Amino acid sequence: MAEVTEDIKFNDDRLKEAKRYISHYPEGKQKSAILPIMHLAQDQWGWLSSGVMDYIASLLTLESIEVYEVASFYTMFHLQKTGKYVMEVCHTGPCVLMGAEDTIEHIENKLGIKVGETSVDGLFSLKTVECLAACGFAPVIQIKETYYENMNVENVDKLMDELAKN
Amino acid sequence: MGKTKILTSQIGIPDIQDINVYMKNGGYASIEKALKTLTPDEVVEEVKASGLRGRGGAGFPTGMKWSFIDKKSGKPRYLVCNADESEPGTFKDRYLMSENPHLLIEGMIVASYALGANTSYIYIRGELLYVLRILEKAIAQAYEKGLLGKNILGTNYSLDLHVAPGGGAYICGEETALIESLEGKRGNPRNKPPFPAVSGLYNCPTVVNNVESIAATPWIVLNGGAEYAKIGVGKSTGTKLISACGHIKKPGIYEIELGVPVEEFLYSDEYCGGIRDGHQLKAVVAGGSSVPILPAALILKTANGENRLMSYEGLSDGGFATGTMLGSGGFIAMDETTCIVRNTWNFTRFYHHESCGQCSPCREGTGWMEKVLHRIEHGHGTIKDIDLLVDITKQIEGRTICPLGDAAAWPVASAVRHFREEFEWHITNPIEASKKGAVYKKESVLV
Repeated sequence: MAEVTEDIKFNDDRLKEAKRYISHYPEGKQKSAILPIMHLAQDQWGWLSSGVMDYIASLLTLESIEVYEVASFYTMFHLQKTGKYVMEVCHTGPCVLMGAEDTIEHIENKLGIKVGETSVDGLFSLKTVECLAACGFAPVIQIKETYYENMNVENVDKLMDELAKN
Repeated sequence: MGKTKILTSQIGIPDIQDINVYMKNGGYASIEKALKTLTPDEVVEEVKASGLRGRGGAGFPTGMKWSFIDKKSGKPRYLVCNADESEPGTFKDRYLMSENPHLLIEGMIVASYALGANTSYIYIRGELLYVLRILEKAIAQAYEKGLLGKNILGTNYSLDLHVAPGGGAYICGEETALIESLEGKRGNPRNKPPFPAVSGLYNCPTVVNNVESIAATPWIVLNGGAEYAKIGVGKSTGTKLISACGHIKKPGIYEIELGVPVEEFLYSDEYCGGIRDGHQLKAVVAGGSSVPILPAALILKTANGENRLMSYEGLSDGGFATGTMLGSGGFIAMDETTCIVRNTWNFTRFYHHESCGQCSPCREGTGWMEKVLHRIEHGHGTIKDIDLLVDITKQIEGRTICPLGDAAAWPVASAVRHFREEFEWHITNPIEASKKGAVYKKESVLV
């Protein structure tokens, strides 16, 4: 079991949520709650540092390596610090048919970064993702839990300007 | 064809996500009927009689799958709903769950009762946390009404239902990878046998069903399997959600009675409304990205010149030589602006990215195909590369633990089969072909 040395702890609400998820599984099968708890952790800290993963291991009485190996398999989990808004742009076939490549190129030019990078002001990270299951409303961008649909160049401009104001 | 709506009839009713509204509109009636008047085996028999086939893509008879569950082991049994919708072109389950969450929950209760499961899970793709919250709210309402929990509606039957999120991995839509993921592990598919019906979640008997399959069961219980079997055509009974996208006028989710002609689905205003103005149909991927791509002429008519129907048998008519598959119902229409090589490269990149890496034919083969397609698309291909691609698909197909290998091989094999000239054009005209937006033009293949 991992020793948590840093001061990393869920706030009360998230700890309650984590325990609720653990309660959904049979005795001794608490590892099943690892994905929902990683989502909670990413919601609190923005990304999963090794310290956060050690904390998750301690919550679930697992070895840290068991959390690392799961976190590195699932692409939703950020293993590096990100910008405030991670723009996850779908670049799979149906979105590309509707112009996703132009949208991605436009965002790159607008921010002066490439896919996988974060803007200098720390506001936006750009990430390409595979099919988000919203192909009829392509191109699609996910930011946190929200799906933004029909994200052609014009609409993505509006969205980013709006987010930058907040 | 008739226009029966089984899955979407309540969508559009204001506040149908609220249990009181849902119940006022006939919701949860199947629980009352099943738990109080039918034995679990009788429910299984109704679903068998309905001819319902797995709506996630495989098309395996649902009732038959249920009848395989091991009842003698003495271990707990589990029902797991596969809500890991990730097949490119498919976006029906997200719609169904967010618009009418209680329909899925009602189906989960009926199906769990039939299987003798006392704990069931809905495994939803991690990107859909907002849908998870909609489902959790609906589940809490169902507990309040005594439709979940101990002694449901005063009977001896008890059921707990939970929602579990994934983490963004297409492979977890494969049922044994899903089970691994639900156990908190990496999504590596398991060898079969043993099948999940014998040894699934926590090595207990488990059935994994798609959202749409489960959502069809309340209607079947209420109206009888025989009534369901009257809808549709031949062995393609009932209704199916088709999610239509690409270059059509009206992308969206449509519930069809199986057997609607492809032409009607594509061109009538009731469904896709035709190809976008000023453009012509070039190709269709009819059942999600993994099924063979067909040129316009072959999607509308079979090789024998008959109207092709939207059904399991209709779409697969002609085998892989001239046909395709219904799959998950992810219908992707492409007009003449689409470069088949670029699209095939894109799909292959997807499968390479999503391969779990466990089986070498898939891990290495998908990456190899991606590289070859990348160089053809970018003007560095050689004529031998085309046959090389076909050869790689044959080295992957049927040689992997799970169907992801096949799913990666079929789009490439079919693109070369039907659009070889387009690959050749890329190789003989590398400068022109690698320009942005360049497309091989051949009017005669367009409709």
